Amino acid sequence: MGMADFSGNDLTCIRGERVVFAKLAFSIGEGEVLYLRGPNGSGKSTLLRLMAGLLRPVSGELRWNGESTKEDAETFRGLLHYVGHQDAIKTALTVEENVTFWAEMSGVDPEKRNVGEALEIFSLSHLASLPARFLSAGQRKRLNLARLCASPAPLWLLDEPANSLDKASVGALRSAITAHQEKGGLVAVATHEELSPDTNILDISEFTNNKSALMEDVA
Amino acid sequence: MSGFWQVFISLIQRELRLAIRHGADSMMVVMFFVLVVVLFPLGVGPEPGILTRISAGVIWVAALLSAMLSMDRLFQTDFEDGSLDLLILTPQPLELLVLAKTIAHWLTTGLPLIIVSPLLALLLNMEASGYGVMLAALALGTPTLSLIGAIGAALILGARRSGVLLSLLILPLFIPTLIFGVSAVDAALTDLPSKPQLLVLGGLLLAAFALCPWASAAALRQAAE
Repeated sequence: MGMADFSGNDLTCIRGERVVFAKLAFSIGEGEVLYLRGPNGSGKSTLLRLMAGLLRPVSGELRWNGESTKEDAETFRGLLHYVGHQDAIKTALTVEENVTFWAEMSGVDPEKRNVGEALEIFSLSHLASLPARFLSAGQRKRLNLARLCASPAPLWLLDEPANSLDKASVGALRSAITAHQEKGGLVAVATHEELSPDTNILDISEFTNNKSALMEDVA
Repeated sequence: MSGFWQVFISLIQRELRLAIRHGADSMMVVMFFVLVVVLFPLGVGPEPGILTRISAGVIWVAALLSAMLSMDRLFQTDFEDGSLDLLILTPQPLELLVLAKTIAHWLTTGLPLIIVSPLLALLLNMEASGYGVMLAALALGTPTLSLIGAIGAALILGARRSGVLLSLLILPLFIPTLIFGVSAVDAALTDLPSKPQLLVLGGLLLAAFALCPWASAAALRQAAE
Protein backbone atom coordinates (compact mmCIF):
# COMPACT_ATOMS: atom_id res chain seq x y z
CA MET A 1 0.00 0.00 0.00
CA GLY A 2 3.02 2.28 0.36
CA MET A 3 3.57 4.94 2.96
CA ALA A 4 0.36 6.51 4.07
CA ASP A 5 -0.55 9.17 6.53
CA PHE A 6 -3.88 10.73 7.35
CA SER A 7 -4.13 13.81 9.49
CA GLY A 8 -6.30 16.77 10.29
CA ASN A 9 -5.51 20.03 11.98
CA ASP A 10 -7.41 22.98 13.37
CA LEU A 11 -10.72 21.22 12.61
CA THR A 12 -13.81 23.06 13.77
CA CYS A 13 -17.28 21.75 13.19
CA ILE A 14 -20.54 23.60 13.78
CA ARG A 15 -23.87 21.77 13.59
CA GLY A 16 -27.17 23.58 14.04
CA GLU A 17 -25.47 26.72 15.40
CA ARG A 18 -23.71 24.64 18.05
CA VAL A 19 -19.96 24.15 18.11
CA VAL A 20 -19.44 20.38 18.19
CA PHE A 21 -15.67 20.61 18.51
CA ALA A 22 -13.05 23.24 17.79
CA LYS A 23 -9.35 23.24 16.99
CA LEU A 24 -9.27 19.48 16.82
CA ALA A 25 -6.15 17.81 15.46
CA PHE A 26 -5.38 14.16 14.84
CA SER A 27 -2.90 12.07 12.94
CA ILE A 28 -2.94 8.43 11.88
CA GLY A 29 0.18 6.79 10.50
CA GLU A 30 0.60 3.65 8.45
CA GLY A 31 -0.63 0.56 10.29
CA GLU A 32 -2.08 2.61 13.13
CA VAL A 33 -5.46 2.58 14.79
CA LEU A 34 -6.86 5.77 16.27
CA TYR A 35 -9.54 5.23 18.89
CA LEU A 36 -12.10 8.02 19.27
CA ARG A 37 -13.47 8.31 22.78
CA GLY A 38 -16.03 10.55 24.38
CA PRO A 39 -19.49 10.43 25.94
CA ASN A 40 -22.64 10.13 23.83
CA GLY A 41 -23.20 13.19 21.72
CA SER A 42 -19.63 14.43 22.03
CA GLY A 43 -19.12 14.35 18.27
CA LYS A 44 -17.44 11.02 17.50
CA SER A 45 -19.81 10.27 14.63
CA THR A 46 -19.57 13.84 13.42
CA LEU A 47 -15.77 13.61 13.33
CA LEU A 48 -15.90 10.34 11.39
CA ARG A 49 -18.36 11.79 8.87
CA LEU A 50 -16.09 14.80 8.58
CA MET A 51 -13.07 12.56 8.01
CA ALA A 52 -14.99 10.75 5.26
CA GLY A 53 -15.86 14.06 3.58
CA LEU A 54 -19.62 13.80 4.15
CA LEU A 55 -19.42 16.92 6.32
CA ARG A 56 -17.31 19.98 5.68
CA PRO A 57 -15.38 21.57 8.52
CA VAL A 58 -15.89 25.27 9.18
CA SER A 59 -12.14 25.63 9.48
CA GLY A 60 -9.12 23.39 9.20
CA GLU A 61 -8.36 20.71 6.69
CA LEU A 62 -7.72 17.03 6.24
CA ARG A 63 -4.53 15.77 4.68
CA TRP A 64 -3.74 12.45 3.05
CA ASN A 65 0.02 11.96 2.61
CA GLY A 66 0.44 15.65 3.26
CA GLU A 67 -1.93 16.75 0.52
CA SER A 68 -5.30 18.28 1.22
CA THR A 69 -8.09 15.77 0.55
CA LYS A 70 -9.99 18.51 -1.23
CA GLU A 71 -7.35 18.55 -3.99
CA ASP A 72 -8.53 15.27 -5.42
CA ALA A 73 -11.69 14.38 -3.55
CA GLU A 74 -12.69 11.55 -5.89
CA THR A 75 -9.41 9.69 -5.46
CA PHE A 76 -9.58 10.16 -1.70
CA ARG A 77 -13.10 8.71 -1.60
CA GLY A 78 -11.72 5.64 -3.36
CA LEU A 79 -9.21 5.16 -0.52
CA LEU A 80 -11.69 4.83 2.33
CA HIS A 81 -14.36 2.59 3.75
CA TYR A 82 -16.95 4.16 6.03
CA VAL A 83 -19.12 2.08 8.37
CA GLY A 84 -21.76 4.21 10.05
CA HIS A 85 -24.70 3.44 12.31
CA GLN A 86 -26.97 2.68 9.39
CA ASP A 87 -26.49 -0.67 7.69
CA ALA A 88 -26.98 0.38 4.05
CA ILE A 89 -28.57 -3.00 3.43
CA LYS A 90 -31.23 -3.61 0.80
CA THR A 91 -33.55 -6.18 2.34
CA ALA A 92 -34.77 -7.45 -1.03
CA LEU A 93 -31.24 -8.42 -2.08
CA THR A 94 -29.42 -11.48 -0.79
CA VAL A 95 -26.48 -11.21 1.60
CA GLU A 96 -24.02 -11.87 -1.20
CA GLU A 97 -25.70 -9.43 -3.61
CA ASN A 98 -25.47 -6.68 -0.99
CA VAL A 99 -21.74 -7.15 -0.43
CA THR A 100 -21.01 -7.66 -4.14
CA PHE A 101 -22.85 -4.47 -5.05
CA TRP A 102 -20.75 -2.29 -2.76
CA ALA A 103 -17.57 -4.04 -3.88
CA GLU A 104 -18.49 -3.19 -7.48
CA MET A 105 -19.29 0.39 -6.56
CA SER A 106 -15.86 0.80 -4.96
CA GLY A 107 -14.39 0.88 -8.45
CA VAL A 108 -11.66 -1.56 -7.38
CA ASP A 109 -10.38 -4.00 -10.03
CA PRO A 110 -12.46 -7.22 -10.10
CA GLU A 111 -9.32 -9.32 -9.39
CA LYS A 112 -8.71 -7.45 -6.14
CA ARG A 113 -12.24 -7.85 -4.82
CA ASN A 114 -12.93 -10.74 -2.54
CA VAL A 115 -16.58 -11.10 -1.61
CA GLY A 116 -16.34 -14.80 -0.73
CA GLU A 117 -13.51 -14.26 1.72
CA ALA A 118 -15.26 -11.24 3.26
CA LEU A 119 -18.36 -13.36 3.94
CA GLU A 120 -16.10 -16.08 5.38
CA ILE A 121 -14.36 -13.66 7.76
CA PHE A 122 -17.66 -12.49 9.25
CA SER A 123 -19.22 -16.00 9.23
CA LEU A 124 -21.89 -15.15 6.68
CA SER A 125 -20.98 -17.74 4.03
CA HIS A 126 -23.83 -20.06 4.98
CA LEU A 127 -26.29 -17.14 4.64
CA ALA A 128 -24.93 -15.93 1.29
CA SER A 129 -28.09 -16.62 -0.72
CA LEU A 130 -30.54 -15.57 2.00
CA PRO A 131 -32.51 -12.35 1.41
CA ALA A 132 -31.15 -9.78 3.86
CA ARG A 133 -34.60 -9.11 5.34
CA PHE A 134 -34.28 -12.31 7.38
CA LEU A 135 -31.09 -11.22 9.15
CA SER A 136 -30.88 -10.34 12.83
CA ALA A 137 -29.44 -7.03 14.02
CA GLY A 138 -26.02 -8.58 14.66
CA GLN A 139 -25.99 -10.34 11.31
CA ARG A 140 -26.90 -7.07 9.56
CA LYS A 141 -23.99 -5.39 11.29
CA ARG A 142 -21.66 -8.18 10.17
CA LEU A 143 -22.95 -7.84 6.62
CA ASN A 144 -22.15 -4.13 6.75
CA LEU A 145 -18.66 -4.88 8.08
CA ALA A 146 -18.06 -7.48 5.36
CA ARG A 147 -17.84 -4.57 2.90
CA LEU A 148 -14.50 -3.69 4.52
CA CYS A 149 -12.87 -6.92 3.42
CA ALA A 150 -14.70 -7.32 0.09
CA SER A 151 -12.74 -4.53 -1.61
CA PRO A 152 -9.39 -3.23 -0.35
CA ALA A 153 -9.08 0.39 0.82
CA PRO A 154 -6.27 1.75 3.02
CA LEU A 155 -8.42 3.86 5.35
CA TRP A 156 -11.24 2.45 7.48
CA LEU A 157 -13.56 4.79 9.34
CA LEU A 158 -15.66 2.79 11.77
CA ASP A 159 -18.44 4.22 13.92
CA GLU A 160 -19.00 1.97 16.94
CA PRO A 161 -18.60 -1.15 14.80
CA ALA A 162 -18.94 -3.53 17.75
CA ASN A 163 -22.54 -2.51 18.50
CA SER A 164 -24.92 -5.47 18.63
CA LEU A 165 -22.12 -7.92 17.82
CA ASP A 166 -21.65 -11.10 19.87
CA LYS A 167 -18.28 -12.07 21.34
CA ALA A 168 -17.20 -14.25 18.42
CA SER A 169 -18.03 -11.49 15.94
CA VAL A 170 -16.16 -8.88 17.95
CA GLY A 171 -13.19 -11.25 17.76
CA ALA A 172 -13.60 -11.52 13.99
CA LEU A 173 -13.72 -7.74 13.72
CA ARG A 174 -10.60 -7.39 15.88
CA SER A 175 -8.65 -9.81 13.74
CA ALA A 176 -9.87 -8.11 10.56
CA ILE A 177 -8.58 -4.81 11.92
CA THR A 178 -5.26 -6.40 12.92
CA ALA A 179 -4.87 -7.97 9.46
CA HIS A 180 -5.63 -4.57 7.93
CA GLN A 181 -2.98 -2.94 10.14
CA GLU A 182 -0.41 -5.55 9.14
CA LYS A 183 -0.99 -4.64 5.50
CA GLY A 184 -0.24 -1.04 6.43
CA GLY A 185 -3.86 0.07 6.63
CA LEU A 186 -5.14 2.97 8.73
CA VAL A 187 -8.16 2.81 11.03
CA ALA A 188 -10.15 5.41 12.93
CA VAL A 189 -12.73 3.83 15.18
CA ALA A 190 -15.24 5.29 17.60
CA THR A 191 -15.69 2.95 20.53
CA HIS A 192 -16.86 2.66 24.12
CA GLU A 193 -14.65 -0.36 24.81
CA GLU A 194 -12.14 -0.33 27.64
CA LEU A 195 -8.72 0.30 26.11
CA SER A 196 -5.26 -0.12 27.49
CA PRO A 197 -3.63 3.28 28.15
CA ASP A 198 -0.84 2.81 25.63
CA THR A 199 -3.23 2.77 22.67
CA ASN A 200 -3.62 5.75 20.38
CA ILE A 201 -6.66 7.53 21.87
CA LEU A 202 -8.30 10.78 20.87
CA ASP A 203 -10.72 12.05 23.49
CA ILE A 204 -13.13 14.34 21.69
CA SER A 205 -14.48 15.89 24.87
CA GLU A 206 -11.14 17.72 25.18
CA PHE A 207 -12.03 19.69 22.08
CA THR A 208 -15.71 20.31 22.72
CA ASN A 209 -14.94 23.11 25.15
CA ASN A 210 -12.56 24.95 22.87
CA LYS A 211 -15.21 27.57 22.26
CA SER A 212 -13.27 30.30 23.96
CA ALA A 213 -10.32 29.65 21.67
CA LEU A 214 -12.65 29.90 18.72
CA MET A 215 -14.13 33.17 19.93
CA GLU A 216 -10.69 34.75 20.21
CA ASP A 217 -10.07 33.91 16.56
CA VAL A 218 -13.33 35.46 15.44
CA ALA A 219 -12.59 38.59 17.47
CA MET B 1 -12.94 4.53 -18.11
CA SER B 2 -14.07 0.90 -18.12
CA GLY B 3 -14.44 0.99 -14.33
CA PHE B 4 -16.63 4.00 -14.79
CA TRP B 5 -19.14 2.15 -16.97
CA GLN B 6 -18.96 -0.96 -14.85
CA VAL B 7 -20.13 1.04 -11.85
CA PHE B 8 -22.82 2.72 -13.93
CA ILE B 9 -24.13 -0.65 -15.13
CA SER B 10 -23.88 -2.20 -11.64
CA LEU B 11 -26.05 0.53 -10.17
CA ILE B 12 -28.68 0.21 -12.92
CA GLN B 13 -28.69 -3.56 -12.45
CA ARG B 14 -29.15 -3.23 -8.71
CA GLU B 15 -32.02 -0.76 -9.15
CA LEU B 16 -33.72 -3.01 -11.70
CA ARG B 17 -33.27 -6.03 -9.47
CA LEU B 18 -34.83 -4.15 -6.56
CA ALA B 19 -37.70 -2.97 -8.76
CA ILE B 20 -38.38 -6.53 -9.92
CA ARG B 21 -38.32 -7.89 -6.36
CA HIS B 22 -40.57 -5.05 -5.19
CA GLY B 23 -42.67 -5.65 -8.32
CA ALA B 24 -45.80 -4.15 -6.79
CA ASP B 25 -44.31 -0.63 -6.82
CA SER B 26 -43.98 -0.45 -10.59
CA MET B 27 -47.33 -2.17 -11.09
CA MET B 28 -49.01 0.37 -8.86
CA VAL B 29 -47.78 3.24 -11.00
CA VAL B 30 -49.16 1.59 -14.14
CA MET B 31 -52.44 0.73 -12.42
CA PHE B 32 -52.79 4.32 -11.25
CA PHE B 33 -52.18 5.54 -14.81
CA VAL B 34 -54.85 3.21 -16.18
CA LEU B 35 -57.37 4.05 -13.45
CA VAL B 36 -57.02 7.82 -13.85
CA VAL B 37 -57.61 7.53 -17.59
CA VAL B 38 -60.53 5.15 -17.11
CA LEU B 39 -62.19 7.68 -14.77
CA PHE B 40 -62.53 10.24 -17.55
CA PRO B 41 -65.16 8.47 -19.68
CA LEU B 42 -67.11 7.99 -16.44
CA GLY B 43 -66.73 11.65 -15.51
CA VAL B 44 -67.31 13.46 -18.79
CA GLY B 45 -69.75 10.95 -20.25
CA PRO B 46 -69.21 8.33 -22.94
CA GLU B 47 -69.71 10.64 -25.93
CA PRO B 48 -67.00 9.56 -28.43
CA GLY B 49 -66.55 13.07 -29.86
CA ILE B 50 -65.61 14.63 -26.55
CA LEU B 51 -63.32 11.76 -25.59
CA THR B 52 -61.52 11.91 -28.92
CA ARG B 53 -60.90 15.60 -28.46
CA ILE B 54 -59.51 15.33 -24.92
CA SER B 55 -57.69 12.00 -25.34
CA ALA B 56 -54.17 13.39 -25.77
CA GLY B 57 -54.51 15.75 -22.82
CA VAL B 58 -55.96 13.11 -20.52
CA ILE B 59 -53.19 10.61 -21.28
CA TRP B 60 -50.49 13.21 -20.74
CA VAL B 61 -51.90 14.53 -17.48
CA ALA B 62 -52.34 10.99 -16.20
CA ALA B 63 -48.76 10.16 -17.21
CA LEU B 64 -47.53 13.24 -15.35
CA LEU B 65 -49.40 12.32 -12.18
CA SER B 66 -48.23 8.70 -12.31
CA ALA B 67 -44.62 9.74 -12.84
CA MET B 68 -44.92 11.98 -9.79
CA LEU B 69 -46.45 9.25 -7.70
CA SER B 70 -43.37 7.08 -8.18
CA MET B 71 -40.83 9.84 -7.68
CA ASP B 72 -40.70 10.21 -3.90
CA ARG B 73 -39.16 6.74 -3.38
CA LEU B 74 -36.26 7.41 -5.76
CA PHE B 75 -33.78 8.47 -3.07
CA GLN B 76 -35.89 8.09 0.08
CA THR B 77 -35.00 4.46 0.84
CA ASP B 78 -31.29 5.05 0.17
CA PHE B 79 -31.46 8.06 2.46
CA GLU B 80 -33.16 6.13 5.25
CA ASP B 81 -30.93 3.05 5.24
CA GLY B 82 -27.60 4.86 4.89
CA SER B 83 -26.92 3.75 1.31
CA LEU B 84 -26.92 7.38 0.22
CA ASP B 85 -23.85 8.11 2.37
CA LEU B 86 -22.01 5.23 0.77
CA LEU B 87 -23.07 6.23 -2.74
CA ILE B 88 -21.69 9.72 -2.09
CA LEU B 89 -18.47 8.14 -0.81
CA THR B 90 -17.82 6.07 -3.92
CA PRO B 91 -14.99 7.45 -6.06
CA GLN B 92 -17.37 7.99 -8.98
CA PRO B 93 -18.99 11.38 -9.56
CA LEU B 94 -22.35 11.51 -7.80
CA GLU B 95 -23.90 13.11 -10.90
CA LEU B 96 -23.23 9.91 -12.81
CA LEU B 97 -24.80 7.76 -10.10
CA VAL B 98 -27.87 10.00 -10.06
CA LEU B 99 -28.14 9.57 -13.81
CA ALA B 100 -27.92 5.78 -13.45
CA LYS B 101 -30.66 5.78 -10.81
CA THR B 102 -32.83 8.04 -12.97
CA ILE B 103 -32.41 5.79 -16.01
CA ALA B 104 -33.38 2.77 -13.91
CA HIS B 105 -36.37 4.71 -12.59
CA TRP B 106 -37.49 5.52 -16.12
CA LEU B 107 -37.07 1.90 -17.22
CA THR B 108 -39.29 0.70 -14.38
CA THR B 109 -41.97 3.41 -14.45
CA GLY B 110 -41.78 5.54 -17.63
CA LEU B 111 -41.38 2.67 -20.04
CA PRO B 112 -44.39 0.67 -18.73
CA LEU B 113 -46.51 3.83 -19.09
CA ILE B 114 -45.52 4.12 -22.74
CA ILE B 115 -46.33 0.46 -23.31
CA VAL B 116 -49.88 0.68 -21.94
CA SER B 117 -50.66 4.08 -23.47
CA PRO B 118 -51.94 2.77 -26.87
CA LEU B 119 -54.50 0.68 -25.03
CA LEU B 120 -55.72 3.77 -23.20
CA ALA B 121 -55.75 5.79 -26.41
CA LEU B 122 -58.03 3.12 -27.85
CA LEU B 123 -60.25 3.40 -24.80
CA LEU B 124 -60.55 7.17 -25.34
CA ASN B 125 -61.33 6.66 -29.01
CA MET B 126 -58.23 8.47 -30.24
CA GLU B 127 -57.89 8.53 -34.02
CA ALA B 128 -55.32 6.16 -35.49
CA SER B 129 -53.20 9.01 -36.89
CA GLY B 130 -52.30 10.14 -33.35
CA TYR B 131 -50.83 6.86 -32.04
CA GLY B 132 -47.36 7.06 -33.54
CA VAL B 133 -46.81 10.67 -32.49
CA MET B 134 -48.20 9.98 -29.02
CA LEU B 135 -45.70 7.16 -28.53
CA ALA B 136 -42.85 9.29 -29.84
CA ALA B 137 -43.86 12.22 -27.64
CA LEU B 138 -44.11 10.01 -24.56
CA ALA B 139 -40.76 8.40 -25.36
CA LEU B 140 -39.16 11.85 -25.46
CA GLY B 141 -41.20 13.34 -22.62
CA THR B 142 -41.22 10.71 -19.86
CA PRO B 143 -37.41 10.62 -19.46
CA THR B 144 -37.57 14.39 -18.97
CA LEU B 145 -40.17 13.86 -16.25
CA SER B 146 -37.88 11.34 -14.51
CA LEU B 147 -34.90 13.68 -14.72
CA ILE B 148 -36.78 16.71 -13.38
CA GLY B 149 -38.49 14.57 -10.77
CA ALA B 150 -35.09 13.41 -9.50
CA ILE B 151 -34.31 16.98 -8.44
CA GLY B 152 -37.52 17.14 -6.45
CA ALA B 153 -36.92 13.69 -4.97
CA ALA B 154 -33.47 14.80 -3.80
CA LEU B 155 -34.74 18.09 -2.38
CA ILE B 156 -37.48 16.57 -0.24
CA LEU B 157 -35.21 14.16 1.66
CA GLY B 158 -35.77 14.54 5.35
CA ALA B 159 -38.85 16.73 4.93
CA ARG B 160 -42.22 16.02 6.52
CA ARG B 161 -45.21 15.45 4.21
CA SER B 162 -42.67 14.88 1.48
CA GLY B 163 -45.16 13.56 -1.07
CA VAL B 164 -47.23 16.74 -1.14
CA LEU B 165 -44.12 18.91 -1.10
CA LEU B 166 -42.73 16.99 -4.04
CA SER B 167 -45.80 17.65 -6.18
CA LEU B 168 -45.70 21.34 -5.34
CA LEU B 169 -42.03 21.48 -6.31
CA ILE B 170 -42.00 19.59 -9.56
CA LEU B 171 -45.48 19.76 -11.12
CA PRO B 172 -44.87 23.34 -12.31
CA LEU B 173 -41.63 22.17 -13.93
CA PHE B 174 -43.53 19.49 -15.83
CA ILE B 175 -45.69 22.08 -17.61
CA PRO B 176 -43.47 22.64 -20.70
CA THR B 177 -43.33 18.89 -21.33
CA LEU B 178 -47.10 18.69 -20.95
CA ILE B 179 -47.77 21.57 -23.36
CA PHE B 180 -45.56 20.28 -26.14
CA GLY B 181 -46.50 16.65 -25.56
CA VAL B 182 -50.20 17.37 -25.94
CA SER B 183 -49.79 19.76 -28.83
CA ALA B 184 -47.67 17.25 -30.76
CA VAL B 185 -50.49 14.70 -30.60
CA ASP B 186 -53.16 17.32 -31.39
CA ALA B 187 -51.18 18.46 -34.42
CA ALA B 188 -51.01 14.90 -35.72
CA LEU B 189 -54.76 14.47 -35.16
CA THR B 190 -55.52 17.59 -37.22
CA ASP B 191 -53.09 16.57 -39.99
CA LEU B 192 -50.58 19.28 -39.17
CA PRO B 193 -46.85 18.55 -38.88
CA SER B 194 -45.92 17.55 -35.34
CA LYS B 195 -42.18 17.62 -35.93
CA PRO B 196 -41.61 21.04 -34.30
CA GLN B 197 -43.24 19.92 -31.04
CA LEU B 198 -41.27 16.68 -31.04
CA LEU B 199 -38.07 18.64 -31.61
CA VAL B 200 -38.88 20.89 -28.66
CA LEU B 201 -39.54 17.80 -26.52
CA GLY B 202 -36.17 16.45 -27.64
CA GLY B 203 -34.57 19.75 -26.73
CA LEU B 204 -36.19 19.71 -23.29
CA LEU B 205 -34.89 16.17 -22.79
CA LEU B 206 -31.35 17.16 -23.72
CA ALA B 207 -31.43 20.18 -21.44
CA ALA B 208 -32.79 18.08 -18.56
CA PHE B 209 -30.18 15.41 -19.28
CA ALA B 210 -27.39 17.97 -19.02
CA LEU B 211 -28.64 19.95 -16.02
CA CYS B 212 -30.79 17.77 -13.76
CA PRO B 213 -28.14 15.26 -12.56
CA TRP B 214 -26.03 18.18 -11.31
CA ALA B 215 -28.90 19.77 -9.43
CA SER B 216 -29.97 16.44 -7.93
CA ALA B 217 -26.42 15.57 -6.86
CA ALA B 218 -26.03 18.94 -5.16
CA ALA B 219 -29.30 18.42 -3.29
CA LEU B 220 -28.23 14.91 -2.25
CA ARG B 221 -24.91 16.13 -0.86
CA GLN B 222 -26.85 18.72 1.10
CA ALA B 223 -29.19 16.06 2.46
CA ALA B 224 -26.27 13.92 3.64
CA GLU B 225 -24.69 16.73 5.68
